Amino acid sequence: MDSAFEIISKTDPGKVRSHNEDFVAQEHETGVVLLADGMGGYNAGEVASGMAARIVVEGLSDTWRALTRNNRVVPESAGVAGKSIQEQVERANRAIFEKAQSEPQCEGMGTTLVVGLFYDNQLTVGHIGDSRMYRLRGESFEQITKDHSFLQEQVDSGLLSKEDARKSRNKNLLTRALGIDPKVEAEINSFDVLPGDVFLLCSDGLNDMVEDEEVRLTLLTLQTNLALAGDQLVMAANDNGGRDNISVVLIKVLQAFPATRGWIARLKSWFSLRGN
Amino acid sequence: MAGKLVLSLDGMAIGEYPLYKERILIGRKPHNDIQIDNLAVSSEHAAVITILSDSFMEDLGSTNGTLVNGQMVKKHFLQNGDVIELGKHKLKYLNDAPSETTAEDFEKTMVMRRPTTAAAPAAAAPVAVAAGMPVGGDTLTGKQSFMGTSTQLPHSLAAVPTPPEAAPRTASHASIQILNGGNAGRMMELTKTLTTLGKPNVQVAVITKRPTGYFITHVEGAGFPVLNGVNLSVQAQPLTDHDIIEIAGIKMEFFFSTAAT
Repeated sequence: MDSAFEIISKTDPGKVRSHNEDFVAQEHETGVVLLADGMGGYNAGEVASGMAARIVVEGLSDTWRALTRNNRVVPESAGVAGKSIQEQVERANRAIFEKAQSEPQCEGMGTTLVVGLFYDNQLTVGHIGDSRMYRLRGESFEQITKDHSFLQEQVDSGLLSKEDARKSRNKNLLTRALGIDPKVEAEINSFDVLPGDVFLLCSDGLNDMVEDEEVRLTLLTLQTNLALAGDQLVMAANDNGGRDNISVVLIKVLQAFPATRGWIARLKSWFSLRGN
Repeated sequence: MAGKLVLSLDGMAIGEYPLYKERILIGRKPHNDIQIDNLAVSSEHAAVITILSDSFMEDLGSTNGTLVNGQMVKKHFLQNGDVIELGKHKLKYLNDAPSETTAEDFEKTMVMRRPTTAAAPAAAAPVAVAAGMPVGGDTLTGKQSFMGTSTQLPHSLAAVPTPPEAAPRTASHASIQILNGGNAGRMMELTKTLTTLGKPNVQVAVITKRPTGYFITHVEGAGFPVLNGVNLSVQAQPLTDHDIIEIAGIKMEFFFSTAAT
């Protein structure tokens, strides 16, 4: 699993905010990547995003490690992965909600979340709020999560074009977040993964400041140097004003990563590894 | 925050109308929210629809039409400073951008709760939860009423055309000329924000166009680009006019000029 990916992450407070409420986390070995964008007064935002990151990444890694011991395929992997993500998201939601209820300085805190789990040439994504995941495959760059926001709803209903949405003043209104209600549901989607794919997780501090086409060009041009691509994206957001915290996680798929199916397949893969 | 309309005639302000409700009617007859008693204005001439902080102008099939910034429009997504013209009367749309000092408060992320999914009746209204956020009760009511009527809106507001934005003025001009090899003499304009130079898998550098100027950075390959005879490090390096860059054996000159706009 380790060798199949290159992962980099970067987070920056931006030019206006005094502190950073974003959180990025990864567990290379289990193929878990996460980004959370916290909200709430004082430093409660980073408390919420930090809790979400820690609980979900640890919980998901532990569950998945137990399920896939010896790199064995899990029957109906996508369904199981989605369920595992949902469980951890609910766990994090409960913890944040309870803290927000019991500690006055944390009142009203919440966070967005986008989490990805890579396994068996697949990716399952869970998200809540307006933190996004994109995929660059060949030359085409596609947003693979849909924001849970007021603006997105307006775009969906045909009220606003995507271009007009960029000019809207109704930004930062979420219709779903972690830690606000006793229960929350993550939106879960699964995708096939190909070697060469580049995945981007980002907070709205990036996509509000830098147009998708610009992000696409950056990833396309700099995908051989992922760290530089990350730096360049953050720099572009800051050059355009940096009004919010900016976070990115970039995952480059270096090779296929199939789960091993049965003992014959394992034996084969062992020999093929020796052969190479 | 919703904006407001300032009505004027021959340069004289004669009324100010905050966009406090979802639909404001403009026309000649008294029942309009903004009455303009002039024969050039139709009885129900236009409407301004406000959704939280965004406002849209829609012509209601008026006889003489409605201009926004001098152009005849049916529907228009209003931006701060837009001028709506009905006959000789002008309505200026004002929606001040949050000032520097308050930007942080205004841009706080908030969560709206669904009336349909909320369990307790007390939570039925959309509740903004960010601590210390400056939204008053009016805005919350606005949200709620929008949620209730959203199904009627898509038809009337779908595909609001936007005027083409003025092309950005190019304040500076940069290019690269190749000095040796088969392509010697070739010029390359640096118009994109990122331009890569070199040979993939051998040595690649990128020139980045930023508001502060042009920068060169090493991307891949064992060797680093040479700038004016000096090897670059991993750090981005600013470029100045007539700099000589060498990448994978190819020498090139960087040209930079600031043109008048």
